[in-house]
Amino acid sequence: MAQLEIRNVTRRFGDFVAVDNVSLNIEAGEFFTLLGPSGCGKTTILRMIAGFDLPDAGQILLDGKDLADTPAEKRPVHTVFQSYALFPHMTVAQNVAFPLRMARRSPAEIDRMLREALEQVHLTDKADAYPHELSGGQKQRVALARGLVNRPRLLLLDEPLGALDAKLREAMQVELINLQREVGVTFVFVTHAQVEALALSHRIAVMDQGRVAQVDEPSRLYGYPQTRFVADFIGHLNQLEAQAVEVAHGHLRLAVTGLGEIIAPSTKDAVAGGKGVFAIRPEQVRIGMHGELDELKNHFSGVVHDLLYRGDVSVYKVSLANGAMIEALLPNSAPGKAELFEVGDAVKLGWRHDAGMFLRD
Amino acid sequence: MRRGRWLWAAALAVYAFLYVPLAIVVAYSFNDSRLNAEWVGFTWHWYEVLLHDEAMLAAAGNSLLIALVSSLVATALGTMAGIAMHRYNLKLLTFMVLTPVAMPEILLGVSLLLFFIQVLNLTLGLLSIVLAHITFSIGFVAIIVRARLAGMDESIFEAARDLGASPWEMFRYVTFPLILPGVVAGGLMAFTLSIDDFVITFFTAGVGVSTLPLHIYSMIKIAVTPEVNAVSTLLMLLTLTMIVLAAKFAPDVLKGKA
Repeated sequence: MAQLEIRNVTRRFGDFVAVDNVSLNIEAGEFFTLLGPSGCGKTTILRMIAGFDLPDAGQILLDGKDLADTPAEKRPVHTVFQSYALFPHMTVAQNVAFPLRMARRSPAEIDRMLREALEQVHLTDKADAYPHELSGGQKQRVALARGLVNRPRLLLLDEPLGALDAKLREAMQVELINLQREVGVTFVFVTHAQVEALALSHRIAVMDQGRVAQVDEPSRLYGYPQTRFVADFIGHLNQLEAQAVEVAHGHLRLAVTGLGEIIAPSTKDAVAGGKGVFAIRPEQVRIGMHGELDELKNHFSGVVHDLLYRGDVSVYKVSLANGAMIEALLPNSAPGKAELFEVGDAVKLGWRHDAGMFLRD
Repeated sequence: MRRGRWLWAAALAVYAFLYVPLAIVVAYSFNDSRLNAEWVGFTWHWYEVLLHDEAMLAAAGNSLLIALVSSLVATALGTMAGIAMHRYNLKLLTFMVLTPVAMPEILLGVSLLLFFIQVLNLTLGLLSIVLAHITFSIGFVAIIVRARLAGMDESIFEAARDLGASPWEMFRYVTFPLILPGVVAGGLMAFTLSIDDFVITFFTAGVGVSTLPLHIYSMIKIAVTPEVNAVSTLLMLLTLTMIVLAAKFAPDVLKGKA
């Protein structure tokens, strides 16, 4: 049995359906992420798990018990808010001890658990500081300690890294992974940042307009998106309108208007004549000079339209014969070599017959 | 540099306009003369007169009692109203709480008088004055408390519930400590408003009960003696003490930061 079961939950705000018949199972000890653009319903789900909001239909079960009649303060579920929501009139120690006091733990127990929690987030020396005296990262760690100190069954995190700058965010991601492994508490994490979701999660539910589009491990989500929305939302993706010409065992033959044929890996639901898009990641596309890449089953001529130098990689935008624009990623790993091609150069693009995927309309 | 000097001059003029009259009142309370005309010499005489003026002492006692009771009740009610106005966005409640603040005092005085006599059939006296003062003070407290809440991150209150606080515990440990400076400031405001209110008190006092402003008014109808200066000086001292106290309990009220 899953630790948290969300069964056919629907939540409406007037005519707007924020959450539309969502079912999810979250296992104990999991780092589970709800990922989606703003307004996709991920925060509404989080608020219903916390008890700030109630479903219009469906059930939320924690350890098999329906939470419908349990108010927020009685749920063994704590939240780390986007704004941290630290109590400004309490010191770090008072903030972290708050859930312990509310749970009526003994003074000795409070003392011990508080000390452990502060050690865990390396804030022992800040125990007597007030929130306004802390940096963003420190506030974040206080919020985490406060959420975890009373050992909740679930910790909900509502875009907790959103307010941090890029460098600190990366450091906090590592800390968050380690902390979760250490305490073993189930994390339900909400974010719109796909990079963050991929880096942190055991499993991700991608949400679109109140529905779950796909639930999978990060690598499967990235490698095998099941819908155009997921493919588009996770990472960068090149898309070509295509039609299946031949469905064979192990591969598909696709026709792309104005370009020719593409050999792609087969999919379960592809039928001959079916329309859709051929999608391929920029890092799977290779770029070369004329005469190169001929050994690949899929290769096309194009002209470099744009060039983006990013330091570790260069991104080439190449326009093909039919006007489509394809991005190719080239690592700048060779020493001293900054650019291979210039804007306007005639180049070859190619990719393996088992790269990319066909997504039906 | 020149602009700096002009600014200083302007500031000085404004402060003089505000404080010179007060300084004169204070100075002449120590003047050894029946008239507020020319400086004769220093004396404590008028304060001694004050101490033996039974009517004045009774009026002062009434004023303090009324201010204390009405500001305490108004602070409790106004705080609740302020929280309700913030949390539920009830237009009618906001309208009802704020109307007495905006209404001309004379109108409020007359309507309260008619209400007490004709509807409640109340004998005018201390009770009617206290009720009247509570009526006009609630709005001020409510506005200050609501302003204090308006600047706060709503998720702080959700966090309290989330971490296991019951609604009462949330109020006790989070909401109340956070709005306390506003509550103290509101209570102080109510106290000050009550102490120096004249118009509404005039209508609701009836005969026999007097307050400090009513008594001073009745005195200056005859002549402005330095005794009035003396009582005014004491009133100023009281107000000043309250501000200092408030600053000690709620430092951010005076600093004006949330």
